[in-house]
Amino acid sequence: MKRYIRSAPRMFGTLGQPLLFFLALGFGFGPVFQRAGEGKYLEFLAPGVVGMTILFAGVFTGSELIWDRQFGFLKETLVAPVPRLTIMVGRTLGGTLLATIQGTIVMLACFLTGFRPVRWDHLPRALVFMVIIALMFTALGTVVASLVKDFQGFQVIINFLVMPMFMLSGALYPLTDIPDVLQVIAKANPLAYGVDGLRGILVARTYFGQLVDLIVMGVITAALLLFGTYQFNKIQI
Amino acid sequence: MNGKFSNPPMISVRNLVKNYGNSQALRGISFQVQRGEIFAFLGPNGAGKTTAIKILTTLLRPTAGRVEIDGLDVTIDQHAVRERLGIIFQDSSLDDQLTVLENMLYHAVLYDVPRRLRGPRIEALIEVFGLGEYRHKQVRRLSGGLKRRVEVARALIHNPKTLFLDEPTIGLDPQSRNYLWAQVKQLNEREDVTVFLTTHYMEEAERFAHRIAILDQGNIIAQGTAKDLNMQTHSDTLEDSFIALTGREIRSEDNGMIDRMRQLSQLGKRK
Ligand SMILES: Nc1ncnc2c1ncn2[C@@H]1O[C@H](COP(=O)(O)OP(=O)(O)OP(=O)(O)O)[C@@H](O)[C@H]1O
Ligand SMILES: [Mg+2]
Repeated sequence: MKRYIRSAPRMFGTLGQPLLFFLALGFGFGPVFQRAGEGKYLEFLAPGVVGMTILFAGVFTGSELIWDRQFGFLKETLVAPVPRLTIMVGRTLGGTLLATIQGTIVMLACFLTGFRPVRWDHLPRALVFMVIIALMFTALGTVVASLVKDFQGFQVIINFLVMPMFMLSGALYPLTDIPDVLQVIAKANPLAYGVDGLRGILVARTYFGQLVDLIVMGVITAALLLFGTYQFNKIQI
Repeated sequence: MNGKFSNPPMISVRNLVKNYGNSQALRGISFQVQRGEIFAFLGPNGAGKTTAIKILTTLLRPTAGRVEIDGLDVTIDQHAVRERLGIIFQDSSLDDQLTVLENMLYHAVLYDVPRRLRGPRIEALIEVFGLGEYRHKQVRRLSGGLKRRVEVARALIHNPKTLFLDEPTIGLDPQSRNYLWAQVKQLNEREDVTVFLTTHYMEEAERFAHRIAILDQGNIIAQGTAKDLNMQTHSDTLEDSFIALTGREIRSEDNGMIDRMRQLSQLGKRK
């Protein structure tokens, strides 16, 4: 399966732009939050920003499926005698690697701004969480891309799915202090679990509990992979 | 000649229908291609050739009818069918962002070409198609014809039982064209590879195809050897037969377009 991970040049080619974007966001927002009187806001925000990076990177690499379809390359993969599950998992793993790398880079950038995790030896655990978040969102991006025909359709879904997911995830504010309605919505939001898990590891503050986070994300990812496989079985060119 | 072909046929198509929405691309075609045969599909633009190839190669589902490759139903035993295929698509199916070599490696991996054979085979094909100096270039930086060569070379990396060629020679220079046909002929003769091809170059079909089917507006209107077709239409060349069978008009579902073109040429004359 590793063999379907796209070649290195391509992965790094797509890395630059989002990185720039997220760095700017991380640096740009930091001081504002601090001035707002939240002394440890940076600590709170860092896991959220990492989660958000992975969300966007994962979904967007998942969307490469649309390009591959429009430029014909998908045909080459689809006529090949490769199980559709392998295609789905392979594509997802490729995007996962990319999204995880981007998440890691943003986390390093957070360290530069002065962010410190409560325990450095828990960093590998954070990485595991990041990989799972990346898997989940790359699978999500791929599934969404398989449902639409072109980029316009994809953009619409992104606007109605990914942006709200980010805004309502607790990446930017604590879930404990928000109205009940928003709390219910957050409970149906995959990113909420991802950010919560990361926050649990990095700054020892969780809302759902790390185990719940893991289980929920695992189930969602598995469901997405299966649905994606079904889509690849159905897809016509 | 029939003795060479043993049953069952490699490709068997019965009453194949394909609709795109309301328009019918294939209106119930039937034909068989024997093992080791080279079979050509000819027909005006939009006749349904590519649609047929996509269905035969599992990329598209038929609306009705039965299609079997090597006795396997293409809608059921998709994986087993795919294992038997090689294909050159009419339009690009290369990954633009990858280099020539990466595209070829990707193919070798997809088709599970044994690791130790990958390198030598790819190098040999790169060599014969004159792609050596472009090996590490991204495909999007190549000229149209060079891209086409990569596409052709790539399709020959693994050893399929059946080779589908959808207008394989468009955009190729004479040298590459000759090499492609020599290669196809060799595969056919030495390894008994069945070949299903479409082309708009009548002389290619005449020279290389054992049998030919002429498709027009989703129907097979004639089938046989080039000689059969010429006799049937009292023509000397396949080109004449083709025109006798499909007419002189440019094919278009939208006849308004032809009218408009006539008007345009009238305008030109008035000047
Ligand atoms: N994806 C599609 N959606 C709707 N109609 C399609 C689609 N693909 C092909 N068609 C229609 O089906 C008919 C057959 O097209 P097809 O591509 O099979 O022709 P062809 O014989 O390969 O032509 P050419 O010689 O130009 O390659 C055409 O009328 C075309 O407009
Ligand atoms: Mg065609």
